[in-house]
Amino acid sequence: MVNLNVKIGSLTLKNPVMTASGTFGYGEEFADFIDLSRLGGIIVKGTTLNPRQGNPYPRMAETPSGMLNAVGLQNKGVDYFAQHIYPGIKDLDTRVIVNVSGASIEDYVGVCERLRGLDKVAAIEVNISCPNVKQGGMSFGTTCDGCESVVSAVRRAWDRTMIVKLTPNVTDITEIARAAEGAGTDAVSLTNTFLGMAIDVERQRPVLSTITGGLSGACIRPIAVRMVWQVANAVSVPVVGLGGIMNGRDAVEFMLAGATAVQIGTANFIDPQVTVKAVEYIQDYMQRHGMASCAELTGAMKGV
Amino acid sequence: MVMKQVMDFTVKANDKHGDNYSLLKLAPVKGSVPPVKPGQFVQVEVPNSKTTYLRRPISINYADTHELWLLVRRAGAGTRSLCDTQEGSVLSVVLPLGNGFTTDVKGTALLIGGGVGIAPLLMLGSKLAVRGVDVQFLLGARSMSDLLELDLFRQTAPVHVATEDGSLGHKGLVTTHPVLQSDEITHIACCGPMPMMKAVAAIARERGINCEVSLENMMACGLGACLCCVEDTKDEGNVCVCTDGPVFNINRLKW
Repeated sequence: MVNLNVKIGSLTLKNPVMTASGTFGYGEEFADFIDLSRLGGIIVKGTTLNPRQGNPYPRMAETPSGMLNAVGLQNKGVDYFAQHIYPGIKDLDTRVIVNVSGASIEDYVGVCERLRGLDKVAAIEVNISCPNVKQGGMSFGTTCDGCESVVSAVRRAWDRTMIVKLTPNVTDITEIARAAEGAGTDAVSLTNTFLGMAIDVERQRPVLSTITGGLSGACIRPIAVRMVWQVANAVSVPVVGLGGIMNGRDAVEFMLAGATAVQIGTANFIDPQVTVKAVEYIQDYMQRHGMASCAELTGAMKGV
Repeated sequence: MVMKQVMDFTVKANDKHGDNYSLLKLAPVKGSVPPVKPGQFVQVEVPNSKTTYLRRPISINYADTHELWLLVRRAGAGTRSLCDTQEGSVLSVVLPLGNGFTTDVKGTALLIGGGVGIAPLLMLGSKLAVRGVDVQFLLGARSMSDLLELDLFRQTAPVHVATEDGSLGHKGLVTTHPVLQSDEITHIACCGPMPMMKAVAAIARERGINCEVSLENMMACGLGACLCCVEDTKDEGNVCVCTDGPVFNINRLKW
């Protein structure tokens, strides 16, 4: 019998497969395709204190084995989430985790204060890594001081499980991960998207309205796996791995590198049922390899 | 609301129209095609392509319980692969997506299509005709050889044609066709290149005709999750074309 439960801080997930923020809406967008209760958790889209319209169209460019996006955290704000979205998802039989974004420390804390009253928000994922907003966002995630200041402020405002989502757009991601751990986070997730750019060569103009955007999809997976492996060796809090996971095999790869759990993002756009298939794959994989619990899979890479 | 689903379809026929278009006639591998509305679309996985990653949104040309027709124009690597699909191969399709055109129409409806944008108008015309609406088509293309499915359109309702080179019908853009000046028209549904839709919208506004257009903003998920395909609206700001559209009444649009 395989036990798929994993623990992130004080939070237990029924299996290690979550959905990545910004790729799964609020879950309801995928309810026709899968039984949402089969997921370990749903990380809902980036939520900010005030509503945001996001960036102008065009916001997307397809790239080899991936895509660039420049959505820019379009969302209706935390109060709208609390009033209109939360009631519809609070009774789902899975963990609801809210991705929290902001342009200032006060923004992050403000969102947490409003989420505190929502019992079924099991955890927050603090996004210090969005490459698509000019103010704040990624700037908090690219220096140890910036990371520490946000994480310690949020820690004071939030006593449930906290995950800090790291940007890969740094020289050494392990330093930022250590700063987040030192400031009291329960876990880190990585990677967010890689800063990229595409040019329409006939029109000789950038494809995206913002010129640069975040690269996701299968093309980033080897870099993300490397970073997860590095961070898992650098911190003692759980690592949530993401970046180009297209199927269950890829999810296992991240866990072998040291991830306690995984998030599937862009792959949902191509196969809306990929998450549930990944859960089944992991279960089957563990059976085939005689693993009784996910703890045996995390960091199980041999020969190093 | 019809449940969205991922279904495998067999390519029963790939009818080439000239060098640039393919009409893919698909049949479900299992089960039946779910009910679809005119103007809805599907997301098709691209087979055998090294350079594409995402599904391709394609509007539904025709559907019944056994068959699904997709009219595809060779535009980039993805649609090229779709146009080259062999009979007998299997395609993964997500459907039905989007809102579709309004069918609660009274009076005379002019359905204006340009290029491959004519695709969803065939089903819309049939549906409106069945409901007793006086339907007329106005189809535009660069040249006669780019006018697709003309016979099928003619079987459905009267067809006006405009070609840029004058090889068939009125010479010029659809927006200069005299039928647009007719006082009888109470409703316009339009699908085609953006400049054409904008020009049609301008005429409709000027003449006070109710008008819907079908947008084809670049999409990733097609499910309202990624927020990539947004259109800026007067009432709600940025909304997803894939779920709030692809069909919009021009009164909502800022252009």
